Amino acid sequence: MKVDLKQVEEACKELYIRALKMLPPDIKQGFARLDKTETDATGKAILGTMIKNIKVAEDTDNLLCQDTGIPIYNVAIGRGVNVDGYGLKQAIRAGCARATREYPLRSSVVHPMTRANEHTSCGRGVPVIHIDFSNLNQTLAIEMIPKGSGSENSSWLKMAIPAEGVDAIKTFVVDCVLESGGKSCPPTIVGVGVGGTADLCVHLAKQAATRPLGSRCTDREGARLEQALSAAVNQLGVGPQGLGGDATAFAVHVETAATHITMNPVAVNMQCHSARRARATFTPGGVEYGF
Amino acid sequence: MAHYDFSTPVGEAAVRALRVNDTVTLNGTLYGIRDATQIHMFDRGRKTRFDLAGHAVIHTAPNVKKVEPSAAHPAGYAPVCVGTTTSARMERFTRPLMSQYGVGMIIGKGGLLADSLAAFAEFGGVYLAIVGGAAALETTWIEQIEDVDLIDLNPESLWRFRVKGFGPLLVAMDSHGASLYTELKKAAAGRRAAALASLGVK
Repeated sequence: MKVDLKQVEEACKELYIRALKMLPPDIKQGFARLDKTETDATGKAILGTMIKNIKVAEDTDNLLCQDTGIPIYNVAIGRGVNVDGYGLKQAIRAGCARATREYPLRSSVVHPMTRANEHTSCGRGVPVIHIDFSNLNQTLAIEMIPKGSGSENSSWLKMAIPAEGVDAIKTFVVDCVLESGGKSCPPTIVGVGVGGTADLCVHLAKQAATRPLGSRCTDREGARLEQALSAAVNQLGVGPQGLGGDATAFAVHVETAATHITMNPVAVNMQCHSARRARATFTPGGVEYGF
Repeated sequence: MAHYDFSTPVGEAAVRALRVNDTVTLNGTLYGIRDATQIHMFDRGRKTRFDLAGHAVIHTAPNVKKVEPSAAHPAGYAPVCVGTTTSARMERFTRPLMSQYGVGMIIGKGGLLADSLAAFAEFGGVYLAIVGGAAALETTWIEQIEDVDLIDLNPESLWRFRVKGFGPLLVAMDSHGASLYTELKKAAAGRRAAALASLGVK
């Protein structure tokens, strides 16, 4: 399959706008689950407003949240796919800028020191583009994530040591949830990276935070840890928006990687309740949009 | 727990009557303000031509569309999606907003900290919690963008919105020293030991 880069540019524009407007079904189901079990009156009222907002966004064809985020594009190139890699990156960037100018979206991206805004949602190294390979035949998948800053500001890395064991990981996650309070726009998906190098650990936390609800860590140890942490953080009573209640997190997600004999790194990256993502899948049959 | 409908601006006495867990709905003028707006106003000596006395400001940087100026869009901007942001980043600007400009109400998410609470007591102010990430809904409460100042900072300009039925907003910090965030943070910290024990942490 030869990839048409014009089609990729169009899709990358479309993906940004779609992601900002429609929540994936797993997140909607997550809201229904939390709403059913919330016992705090304020928490229940806030969840009700969030659920109503999802419907208003769909009915008025508007963005769910004002924060257009930092745009992230995750690309998975399957087998038998013929694509000009450099051209692909240019097409993604062009699609991102066009979405911003043509919709128009708020460009939330500025130079880190001058704070200058190019009004394209682009800048040095942004959009963030991750390119990986999959074993799917004749398939190119692009996932778009507009990562909101309230939750992104709730990010931490701790280079714990082996003598501190898994207890250090568990304690760190609980303390990050407490520290974050209402600032990360709970209920959140708490993404936890365990192991790797410092940068890989933080990347794992982001992957965990943006994984669909209901998915499990493919490492059995990670899966056990995320289940235990999900129950534990929801005992804290932080609640929706940090104003109290049962629904502090939809879930804690863990991703793991092997690490060094001297290291025990743990990272936390949070995803706010507006857990937005959209996906375009290119096959010889055309482009299909989903989550 | 009482509900109040305010037409802005409001006097200090009305703001001082508010207690945490009351709710407020605003009608009239609402100002939008953000990190860069306040960095320029309070660190770089810029001033606004707007009179903020007795008004509410919301921590926001809206999605707007540039349009031809008209009766419906006097400033030449139409609101696209307007919500809020995490307030705590702007903690150090509460005091000058109140002391220099007479702002009475600050709207945002996640709460403000100790110095803001002290400023609320000193000058008569409240923090009103709006639901973060519910901007599609909140945009329906905005009638128009009446005016904009410091436009070079777009989207972090100082926006003047006309709002109708903007709320209910929860009084989460009041002028009597009460903060729901402080109370809830303390309560959550009190549950830390039990949460760690449930994880088998020694």
